[in-house]
Amino acid sequence: MHLNVVALSRLQFALTIMFHYLFPPLSIGLGALMVIMEGAYHWTGDKEWETLARFWTKIFAVNFAMGVASGIVMEFEFGTNWATYSRFVGDIFGSALAAEGIFAFFLESGFLSVLVFGWDRVSKRMHFVSTCLVALGALFSAVWIIVANSWQQTPAGYVLVTHNGMTRAEVANFWAVVFNPSSMQRLVHTVLGAYMMGAAFVASVSAYYVLKGRHGSLARKSLALSVIFGAIAAFALPISGDSQAREVARYQPAKLAAFEGLYKTTADAPLTLFGIPDDARQELRAAVGVPGLLSFLVHGRTSAAVTGLDAFAPDDRPPTVACYILFHAMVIMGLALAALFGFSLWRLRGGKLYEDKLLLKGLIGSVVATMLANEIGWCAAEVGRQPWIVYGLLRTKDAVSRAVPAQDVLISIVLFSIIYVMLAAIWLYILDEKIRHGPDEATEAEEHPHGWIEAAARLASPAGGSMAEGEDRA
Amino acid sequence: MDLRALWFVLLGVLLAGYAILDGFDLGVGILHLGARNDEERRVFLNSIGPLWDGNEVWLVTFGGALFAAFPDAYATAFSGFYLAFMVLLFALIFRAVSMEFRSKREWRWWRRGWDVSFSAASFVAALLFGVAVGDSMLGIPIGANHEYAGGFFDLLRPYALLVGALNVSLFALHGAIYLNMKTKGELQRRVRRWMWHAFGIFLTLYLFTTIVTLAKVPRALGNFQQMPWLWALVAVNILALTNIPRSLFLRRPGQAFASSAAAIAALIALFGAALYPNLIASSLNPAWSLTVNNASSSAKTLKIMAVIAACGMPFVLSYTAVIYWVFRGKVELGKFSY
Repeated sequence: MHLNVVALSRLQFALTIMFHYLFPPLSIGLGALMVIMEGAYHWTGDKEWETLARFWTKIFAVNFAMGVASGIVMEFEFGTNWATYSRFVGDIFGSALAAEGIFAFFLESGFLSVLVFGWDRVSKRMHFVSTCLVALGALFSAVWIIVANSWQQTPAGYVLVTHNGMTRAEVANFWAVVFNPSSMQRLVHTVLGAYMMGAAFVASVSAYYVLKGRHGSLARKSLALSVIFGAIAAFALPISGDSQAREVARYQPAKLAAFEGLYKTTADAPLTLFGIPDDARQELRAAVGVPGLLSFLVHGRTSAAVTGLDAFAPDDRPPTVACYILFHAMVIMGLALAALFGFSLWRLRGGKLYEDKLLLKGLIGSVVATMLANEIGWCAAEVGRQPWIVYGLLRTKDAVSRAVPAQDVLISIVLFSIIYVMLAAIWLYILDEKIRHGPDEATEAEEHPHGWIEAAARLASPAGGSMAEGEDRA
Repeated sequence: MDLRALWFVLLGVLLAGYAILDGFDLGVGILHLGARNDEERRVFLNSIGPLWDGNEVWLVTFGGALFAAFPDAYATAFSGFYLAFMVLLFALIFRAVSMEFRSKREWRWWRRGWDVSFSAASFVAALLFGVAVGDSMLGIPIGANHEYAGGFFDLLRPYALLVGALNVSLFALHGAIYLNMKTKGELQRRVRRWMWHAFGIFLTLYLFTTIVTLAKVPRALGNFQQMPWLWALVAVNILALTNIPRSLFLRRPGQAFASSAAAIAALIALFGAALYPNLIASSLNPAWSLTVNNASSSAKTLKIMAVIAACGMPFVLSYTAVIYWVFRGKVELGKFSY
């Protein structure tokens, strides 16, 4: 069998980054909610907020450990699998990673220990400060990693220089690198996605408690907070997405064309909700959409032409089918979440949320959709950049390590797969245990044979709602 | 000072920070199976529980800084030592999750399993760090294109394994000295015994490694002729090492820990002195070596990074101090413990 080192390295990167990306959005989102809960405790003196902060901190700690363990892999993998890329971008990309370590990781990991182990070692004020610092550290980490990734999407502030007989990008203007055309847009969208993740997770667990009649006002408080926070994030996400799409249209037109399945450059370009991209016939079949809307969204008028894939050489086009499906799946899930959280907010205002079993079930399932939307959104961003690893400058196929034979990558993929499946299983198991146990004063865990994970998984599947109802009646 | 030399030194500082801090928690991991019962093991885990995570950040930052300052060296080393790095990654993953998961269940087999994986992972990580240092001292087959031209087993040479064993004994010693500050009663008495054993093993390996290094790696002393002040590092190293048994004997655990930390820092400084200006020496042709001059980033990036380090490191050092202050004193098992 002939093994392709580029394909294997891409597969491994996809596997390891997607596994890693299960954790950071939850850390960022949950961190922000923990700040609000502990802040509410300090502000109002209501002990319930403290109980909640303590409970979510325990969950945060398990999640954070997984993030650290899977994150070190990412830091090393640029060098192990993408050495040629590393030589090309080290001058720019490396600084962002080092800055992430110095500004973000030390802050996060240092004060996390005060958060988890320090409840009876430091003053309440110091504990709250630590919570804020951990949340801030998680945010800084997002800033630097997104600056680095955005530079790959829309390189700026660099010069190409020949070094040791090879071309590489060197920094010309540091601030132009940091504020490259896409970095701030993408930062806002990613962080909102992470806040949505935190909100959906807390909403899911809290709705599960409310539905089971456990933890009374604690669960209702937690649910109300997460619904409000989630609704804000869910409404802000499409707005930020829309503004980001205009930036993509300007700086990465091939990516936008692939996202929208726009094969031919055309005025009056439609925005489609569904469609089947057909590469062979170079058209989007069975498309359902609004004519002219894409032109309007991108250029502000329906008559303007939107660049299609035909403007690019076949070698320079991203894989259209994958891009179209990933992008649309993200958008549909995002809109569904906005509808769910918007409706929940409305019911919360009317005081009916806690009795609305169907809505509570929807909220329990929302965690799965949010996690998928986060993962898929990143996939769309990365697949849409193809065939480039650094847009317009370096191709992915030219970026792999030259010293690494394909079978070594195969060995590591097999090992990563085994270890990650095992870790994911144990992580879910422990998460489920902690959630069954609930906030500290409760010890009714054993009475609940059907755990939260099971409920979330069942409710997230299309047939889930009815199954779960049947289960409950039985 | 030349920016490239500055970054060579700063990488050494990050590496020393890592070796001193993660060194003791890897050491606790190596000694972990020596604890007799569940409670003792929990004392061990909780002695490092709030700290290991921050300690590991030094390695992550070292990796990032190497990438930024010397991208060619980062690329060559990480891709050349592919499988070795994968093993190291798996070891670090297992260490992290073993600590996190162990306490979550009380089943005997569950705790046993995580105990073994925690200890084995700590051992393997310490061994591999030492092997990497040994291979760097000897030089590795680097071709004219700056790419590694060997295989995984070319790295496991006797000298490299010797330095690996030296590092395991050094971290075990450092870990035992740390545990001596954190434990009490019967457990502390046993930890003290281990400390003496680890010191004996370390000293034997240290003397042996020194002799072999002088015989096999003549290049190691090259810089000492031009910069005789480097001999001061040797003096610091020897003084710090001899102060370990002295302070143990005088029952000054804090001083013993400071001494082993200083000894580790001096060893890393000596490693840097032996290597400079090479980052990765080619065993095929010295002209193909990756040096601070031919593998570095642009002067501009090195300057930006120096500014980032100057802004960030005071904060890092102050948080580290705060965290260690908060978690000072003997381990007490409580409701927030592992």
